Amino acid sequence: MTYTSQRPPISESSDQLRARIPGWGVDLDPKNRPSVPKLQYQEDLTGAHWEFPERQPEKWPRERSPEHKFLTPVFGTACPPRGLSGAIRKFAYRYSEGRAAHWLLLMAGDRVDAVENHLKSFLTLHPDNPITETGVLSEFSHHGIASRLGQKRADLNHQPLDPIIVGGPWILAGGLVYAACRALKKGIGSRS
Amino acid sequence: MRAMVYRGPYKIRAEEKDVPAIEHPNDAIVRVQLAAICGSDLHLYHGMLPDTRVGMTFGHEFIGVVEEVGPSVQNLQRGDRVMVPFNIFCGTCWYCARGLYSNCHNVNPNATAVGGIYGYSHTCGGYDGAQAEFVRVPFADVGPSRIPDWMEDEDAVLCTDALATGYFGAQLGDIVEGDVVVVFGAGPVGLYAAKCAWLMGAGRVVVIDHIEYRLEKARTFAQAETYNFTEYDDIVVHLKKLTDFLGADVAIDAVGAEADGNFTQHVTSAKLKMQGGSPVALNWAIDSVRKGATISVMGAYGPIFSAIKFGDAMNKGLTLRMNQCPVKRQWPRLFEHIRNGYIKPSEIVTHRIPLEHISEGYHIFSAKLDGCIKPLVVPTAG
Repeated sequence: MTYTSQRPPISESSDQLRARIPGWGVDLDPKNRPSVPKLQYQEDLTGAHWEFPERQPEKWPRERSPEHKFLTPVFGTACPPRGLSGAIRKFAYRYSEGRAAHWLLLMAGDRVDAVENHLKSFLTLHPDNPITETGVLSEFSHHGIASRLGQKRADLNHQPLDPIIVGGPWILAGGLVYAACRALKKGIGSRS
Repeated sequence: MRAMVYRGPYKIRAEEKDVPAIEHPNDAIVRVQLAAICGSDLHLYHGMLPDTRVGMTFGHEFIGVVEEVGPSVQNLQRGDRVMVPFNIFCGTCWYCARGLYSNCHNVNPNATAVGGIYGYSHTCGGYDGAQAEFVRVPFADVGPSRIPDWMEDEDAVLCTDALATGYFGAQLGDIVEGDVVVVFGAGPVGLYAAKCAWLMGAGRVVVIDHIEYRLEKARTFAQAETYNFTEYDDIVVHLKKLTDFLGADVAIDAVGAEADGNFTQHVTSAKLKMQGGSPVALNWAIDSVRKGATISVMGAYGPIFSAIKFGDAMNKGLTLRMNQCPVKRQWPRLFEHIRNGYIKPSEIVTHRIPLEHISEGYHIFSAKLDGCIKPLVVPTAG
């Protein structure tokens, strides 16, 4: 028992487990485990044929962590920083990853980016649509109620917050636009 | 080409995007045949990971056909069917040379704390992902492998992250014969970790979750004993009782940043973004293992602070082991296990989503509708 030197017994022996579970114990020997030990020199370099890779051309001043000595030879080029969100992001990269300011500014940049792009989408033929883009209609086609009803799911207590998080800013923005239009109309009416 | 595009938290759509170009001599362009949505994609989808930009394409689990190669590519040619690890890595930096491909120092200018990952925000390098018709694959001579003839596509795509991560997670537990292993989370990685714990000689494998159909899968797929934590006043005490009040020898956190089970932790992290992640599962792991035990963390967390119970971990003398999985290092041995029939990865696939229905796919997976465990994305099924 636990409060002595004895280990609590396991109900099945190794032989019983080997008989019941396909492959039981085949990696029992740590030598068979590919990530043991953690640091293992890889003689084959997995196919690389360089000591240091060629450098990818930098087409714009690529933002980088000050914890790097230089721009890494390869990097992603998706979504270059633009607008106010881009300015916030570039500013965030002045701070190291060790500073909360770095991450909090990036999070702020993300929120601004979403607003900028929602607004921009209304000037296109493909405006953002929170109904189709959230996939919420799958609630009707994929058993939204049955998946929750009578289930002991711990996530049911916070799922009602999702429509508020997603829809709240849209409702607020709609209200502000409505109020602005009304005020404008009133102003025009009182002048004439 | 058609591609999944992020439009802000909880909002994505399929839209037209330029086909990616060769940007480095060792790049390849791969036409995606099959991709997957990972549980960690949901952290991006919910806006939790800093520097996730509107317009980005997610997707880091994929297989496909090589469409074009850069001038320095020697090991692949057009038409090769390849499986691509989720890690982007150079093969020769200090980390890659020692097998830590997930920590490559040459692929992510945005951060030194994480390597490069396809479609996983600028914090992970700013690479577009593979929930699209085409994807740029850097270091084509290093990362991708030709898919073995005997391997089925759905098994191959699951080797590019989820299965490799579950296998790696079980290894980090340092399991010895007869160990009691508790896996928190019965999602894809948790199911695979539970299954792989047996390969390493576990004496008992326990899986904890709150979604009944996933626990059912843990029983049938991973032969695990399961408990729904909502049925217990205190799951930590229950786990102590199960082990005669010693505690488990090994715990594996296969939940990560959006863990349920504590309303405050979940809301402050997943909804209000005030924490890098909700460490409910990790804290339960810390408290439910025995003193001197090992905890393997496979769940993904964001880079900002999280309210983790380090005091208990320290006082209990725990070993906490963690990393993003260096996928390609797992493959040779993992392929043997698949070929020998010890694991059939595709048994956990529940949904195959056409790219045009990607927003529904994310919602179904996120809200855990329709018995969803692992959704695949089919770019050509429009």
